[in-house]
Amino acid sequence: MKTLPTVDAVIVGGGWAGLLMAKELGARTSLSVVVLERGPSREPSEYATDMDELDFYIRYRMMQDLSQETVTLCHDSSRRALPLRQHGAFLPGAGVGGSGEHWNAQVPRFLPDCFELLSKTTARYGASALPKDHSVRDWGFTYDELEPYYTRVDKLLGSSGKAGNIRGEHIEGGNIFEGWRSEEYPTPPTKVPYFAALFRDAAKSLGYHPYPAPSANISRPYTNPDGISRGGCTYCGFCARFGCMVNAKAQPTNLLLPILQKRKNVLLRTGAWVRRVSFDSASKVVRGVSYIDPAGEEVFQPASLVFLASWTFNNTRLLLLSGIGEPYDPATGRGTVGSNLTHQVSVPSATAFFDQPLNRFMGSGSAGFMFSDFDRDDLDRSSLNFVRGGYFAARGFGFQPIANFGVLPSSVKAKWGSEWKKAAVSYYDRTGTIIFTGEHLAYKSNYMDLDPVYKDKLGDPLLRLTLDWRDNEREMVDFATGKAVEVARAMGAKEINPFPGLRSYDTARYQSTHVQGGTIMGASPEHAVVSPYWQHWQIPNLFILGGSTFPQNASANPTSTVLAFVYRTADAIIDRYLKHPGPLV
Amino acid sequence: MRRASDTLPRMRRRHFLTLSAASLGGVLVYSLDRKASLLAAQHKPVRIPLRFFTETEALIVAAAAARIFPSDDSGPGAREAGVAIFIDRQLAGPYGRDRFRYTQPPFEDAPRELGYQGSAMPRQIYREGLKGLEGFHLLDASLQDDALRKVESTLFFALLRQNTIEGMFCDPIHGGNVDMVGWQLVGFPGPRMSNYDEIEKYYGKAFRPKPMDLRQATGAKARPSEDQP
Repeated sequence: MKTLPTVDAVIVGGGWAGLLMAKELGARTSLSVVVLERGPSREPSEYATDMDELDFYIRYRMMQDLSQETVTLCHDSSRRALPLRQHGAFLPGAGVGGSGEHWNAQVPRFLPDCFELLSKTTARYGASALPKDHSVRDWGFTYDELEPYYTRVDKLLGSSGKAGNIRGEHIEGGNIFEGWRSEEYPTPPTKVPYFAALFRDAAKSLGYHPYPAPSANISRPYTNPDGISRGGCTYCGFCARFGCMVNAKAQPTNLLLPILQKRKNVLLRTGAWVRRVSFDSASKVVRGVSYIDPAGEEVFQPASLVFLASWTFNNTRLLLLSGIGEPYDPATGRGTVGSNLTHQVSVPSATAFFDQPLNRFMGSGSAGFMFSDFDRDDLDRSSLNFVRGGYFAARGFGFQPIANFGVLPSSVKAKWGSEWKKAAVSYYDRTGTIIFTGEHLAYKSNYMDLDPVYKDKLGDPLLRLTLDWRDNEREMVDFATGKAVEVARAMGAKEINPFPGLRSYDTARYQSTHVQGGTIMGASPEHAVVSPYWQHWQIPNLFILGGSTFPQNASANPTSTVLAFVYRTADAIIDRYLKHPGPLV
Repeated sequence: MRRASDTLPRMRRRHFLTLSAASLGGVLVYSLDRKASLLAAQHKPVRIPLRFFTETEALIVAAAAARIFPSDDSGPGAREAGVAIFIDRQLAGPYGRDRFRYTQPPFEDAPRELGYQGSAMPRQIYREGLKGLEGFHLLDASLQDDALRKVESTLFFALLRQNTIEGMFCDPIHGGNVDMVGWQLVGFPGPRMSNYDEIEKYYGKAFRPKPMDLRQATGAKARPSEDQP
């Protein structure tokens, strides 16, 4: 094994979290920083020729190469886990920028009570309100502490939207149920695709409070505080699973990479497959990481500070493979690494068929409307069989024909042949979907550990997910479907396919790439791997970045929350840790 | 990791799909740079080199795709779009040999929610499935439909149906959707660079700009995955 010269910081993973940390450390200090990314290098200029639905949307060109590594899954621990042999329920990206390149750029914030979920829910509804086998936790700090960092994130991204709550003042037209914001969004809301306009008007007519979906596909040109300028969205519709060809979508490659490339103290190595974190158990410090380089050689990169920023699965897996911390055991409740696996609930609640054309090729991954009247803590729950909730959305994603041809009202029975084709052609541009996105509680028996059978390309065990839905999610989704069907009817839909309901966790149906947990944070080490500064509770020079630290999933999409935490952690390291290395409290 | 089945036999008799104007209603012509065009008036048969199928297999796939997605009074179908050529190239490329799929054993049966767990890759599923459709291309349409109904619950049929839709609507760079007939059928304009001025202007009314494919829209040579190593 080749050993490289020691650097101040090594960051595993070159996605949103890793590159934002690299930018903060690299631009604000003189620390030597190495980022190790196992995927290929990437430049935003490549995206002009990627507007090819087959290779990018259908064949997943920007995603992880599962022939090298995947995860296994079982619905409960009595069953044998099997590998996810092809992509499905979630789509982790590979390469520089990670999933931050191919995302839809939806940037809602979490609700304030998400961060104190256990104590707030118990206080309001009593200890028995949460399901018996839950493992819901508080995060160890409050929304008020995070708000300034959320605002920095919105300025970094240039987020487009309309505030619904500025310092406690509720503003009609924004999301009046959201947590307070210190400022209005940096850019105004995006344009509104026709289907989303129908949804907005129908929701309003039913007494709800629709608001423009917060978007980091920005509505007009914007220059952020780092001096990075981007153009406005052209609504070409090639967002999800694509890189943006005009840089209107905030991506690590257009916001962070240009700054990193100018810094001599930051080095980005691609094709570096990290296998282990080197842990000195006697002195409770980590010494660096070892990886396989593109030539197949094993390399040790010593570092004073180690950051894991390789997404939920690999953050958890690296700790387990490196023997850092105690693996979580659902039978005894002992151990922390791998606990609290959650996946944001996201379903097509109502698929609606119209008489008039929708021109749905025009849009963006986040142009649309949402309403959050059922995503709040003060709902009257006397007639509801579930806790928590979620938001409803209608978006003009920019629908492309391979993925969307053949969605038909349930009255059409044919699946091929002339009758099917005629119906599918006629409904092609007359179909729209109301999406419900809800909170996923953490449960004691949803967790991750190492698979005893299946291995990756190097012979290391795959990560095993034990994951299934519970009645709380099923009831919530059924309730949401009823509401979405009412909205679709008010939109003038001629026929409506309601979502049939959540059964077993389905790895084949795409839901969202918002899988959390495994290395969760908390105010004390009892149930948590890291502190609210994302610092390992036992190993002060190890930091873990990303959604793997979320004790449970919120209804909202996680990227802005991840980035807000990166800022908060970077500030704590730069202002305090570097002066006095040790636990941050 | 390279598997034995990744390697094509070194010597393989070259197969061609011979298409006549009568069988197509027009003829697909593939020039050397792989650009396809439809010559309606041509009567000479055209021989298209095949990368994976034998000629008989290609004829069966073309006939079956044409029953799944027929040409009818609602517009063109799989024949006009060149779906069989598209599928041939896909099966010869990384998709056909499962280049990006996790294929390590053991292979076990599993509930549907765990996705396809089999070891057979798309090219094997086709080769096996086509054995059950021997002589298919020689049958008349109603007998062809009967034959497809017998296999419609198989994995082979599910792939054939999915690949037919892909071949109807992919960018023409992949060999299907010739002359963008699929896009014109559903009013999709292809990779249109900007809808900024139109997105809020056509509420409730059809906006159908003339389609452009990736090469026309970007002026750049994009390389499809099936042509990459």
